[in-house]
Amino acid sequence: MAIYIDENTRVLVQGITGNQGSFHTAQMIAYGTRVVGGVSPGKGGQVVEGVPVYDTVFAAMEAEPADAGILFTPAPYARDAAFEAIAAGLKLIALIPEHISLHDTMEICAYARRKGVVVVGPNTFGLVSSGRCKIGFMPNRYFVPGPVGVISRSGTLCYEIVGNLTNHGLGTSTVVGLGGDRVTGLNFIDVLQEFAGDPDTGAVVLVGEIGGSAEEEAARYIAASMNKPVVAYVAGKSAPPGKRMGHAGAIIERDRGTFAGKIGALREAGVKVAELPSQIPALLKAVL
Amino acid sequence: MKLYEYMGKKLLHRYDLQIPRGKVVETPAQAAEAAAELGEVVVKSQVLAGKRGKSGGIAFAATPGEARREAARILALKLQGQAFDKLLVEEKLTIEQELYLALTVDGLSRCPVILASLDGGMDIEDVPAERIVFWPVDINLGLQPFMVREICRRMGASFELARQLLVLLPGLYRLFRDLDAELVEINPLALTPRGLVAADAKITIDDDALYRHPQLPRIHEKTDLELKAGEMGLAYVELGGEIAVIANGAGITMATLDMVHHYGGTPANFLDIGGGAGVERTAQALELLLETKPKAVLINIFGGITRCDDVAKAFVRVKENKGIDVPVAVRLGGTNETEGRAILKKAGLEVFLSMDEAVRQAVGLARERANGSTVGSAETAPQGE
Repeated sequence: MAIYIDENTRVLVQGITGNQGSFHTAQMIAYGTRVVGGVSPGKGGQVVEGVPVYDTVFAAMEAEPADAGILFTPAPYARDAAFEAIAAGLKLIALIPEHISLHDTMEICAYARRKGVVVVGPNTFGLVSSGRCKIGFMPNRYFVPGPVGVISRSGTLCYEIVGNLTNHGLGTSTVVGLGGDRVTGLNFIDVLQEFAGDPDTGAVVLVGEIGGSAEEEAARYIAASMNKPVVAYVAGKSAPPGKRMGHAGAIIERDRGTFAGKIGALREAGVKVAELPSQIPALLKAVL
Repeated sequence: MKLYEYMGKKLLHRYDLQIPRGKVVETPAQAAEAAAELGEVVVKSQVLAGKRGKSGGIAFAATPGEARREAARILALKLQGQAFDKLLVEEKLTIEQELYLALTVDGLSRCPVILASLDGGMDIEDVPAERIVFWPVDINLGLQPFMVREICRRMGASFELARQLLVLLPGLYRLFRDLDAELVEINPLALTPRGLVAADAKITIDDDALYRHPQLPRIHEKTDLELKAGEMGLAYVELGGEIAVIANGAGITMATLDMVHHYGGTPANFLDIGGGAGVERTAQALELLLETKPKAVLINIFGGITRCDDVAKAFVRVKENKGIDVPVAVRLGGTNETEGRAILKKAGLEVFLSMDEAVRQAVGLARERANGSTVGSAETAPQGE
């Protein structure tokens, strides 16, 4: 089953003619994703990696309807592109760009909510239902099917952890990158709810980091309603307060979003917390 | 980007909020002059650091002479390591009541949120949660008058206060939206005989929206090296420890620093070369770290878009061009790891496959280096190699 996307999901790539857009279209197709169209204003009629390119999302949808979109446009144009995708009827959009402004993201999320559209990101590597469909830019070979659902705020750290799982013979059902920004469309709770109802998922790994209160909220949800074991790792134990650690969301401000607070809340909710990323496979094997 | 108080107040004034009469000065003489004009004053250091009051950065002065002395004292301070060259000299307000008012972004509800309380004047962290009204604003609707009326009711604001807030809050919301603010905080918002006056102003503008606001000043809180790194497209934060760290991705870089601590070391920095860093950017990152004279360098790359052979080539280039005289521990995994490892092996470097092993190695190397330099005649020891 997997969550959000599967082998039937038809995908549209916005910004398909750019460097990143065309490269990752090829990678997604190689993974098995059904990429049905691409959009690049003014480039309609071109073909990229065998995929027809249209000037607008509406035009692409008229030619062949898509279910989900992935957006590679530069940050200043992302709001318009996301609005277009939502208006044209896509049901899920993955916002890849880094540095989309907070107010733009809030507006995108508000419009998406009104239209019932799922927003993944921004500043995310995307999401993948292993062996079925990849909408994002994560390296293909680490994402093999299995019983572990993964939700992560960061990209490379997530590959590190999924790579560790793969090396220990543990595959993944769906891996969702929430994105590193302060405001993101999906949060831990949204995805935990989906995993709770997914027969393919036996346990969930939550990869968090300092800043914000997403992990604390997730802990509250897990304590109250989660029906599957959860293992967590939180990055940023040694980060000093007031310093932004790369991600816009990863900053400890006025004692909020601290490592200790997050770990405490997760442990209290019955989550097995790994001290190091390398400890996650063993913790999972004990609960699966 | 944080704005200084005096800049924030200027913006508040533009959006029709009352601010105290005041002057920005740079010398004790100017402070005395301002006080002569304003009467009884408060002298406030213009730094971005918080808790100015507790650290002596704010003082009242009844006379120009006193203003001069306080200005001289404050200008000599460094507040939380930050030097500053400006003071704001303002009329001392007659305050009947202190409120707290802020607009910020709520990650959970993904929208702007208003925080309002009748218990202003102190650190908002110390105000009990039930005394703070928390009101998320639907960004499609914007701030509507009914919302302000309801916020006022929940605050327990008097009719007179509510009447003023109905004018003031929409202005504040417009400022927040117009300027792509992350935070607009007024604490205290002082009730005076002439109405509500912003006695302080903390405004933070979203860095990612600055391109839309060329008219705003640009303020840098970063060290020179952090600035230089930013220009190269690197995310760099100084941490003051012994082991210089390079990794790719914010999350894994943080995890690497945590692991350095876990195995008993101290990281000198956070340096994320980002996704898809090529030979050039990686080499620049390495050179930048070598400038900081660390005891050891730790490179932890898990290649996705980033290619391990590019990272290896960058290392070899820096070694050949500039020389690397500190011990280095490397972990390469992911895209083109075999090629990367081969290149580094040829350059005489052992490469680890696991992050744990590389970190332990780096901690060990840093420790050896530190011991070596305290035992031998420090500066000359490495020449014996």
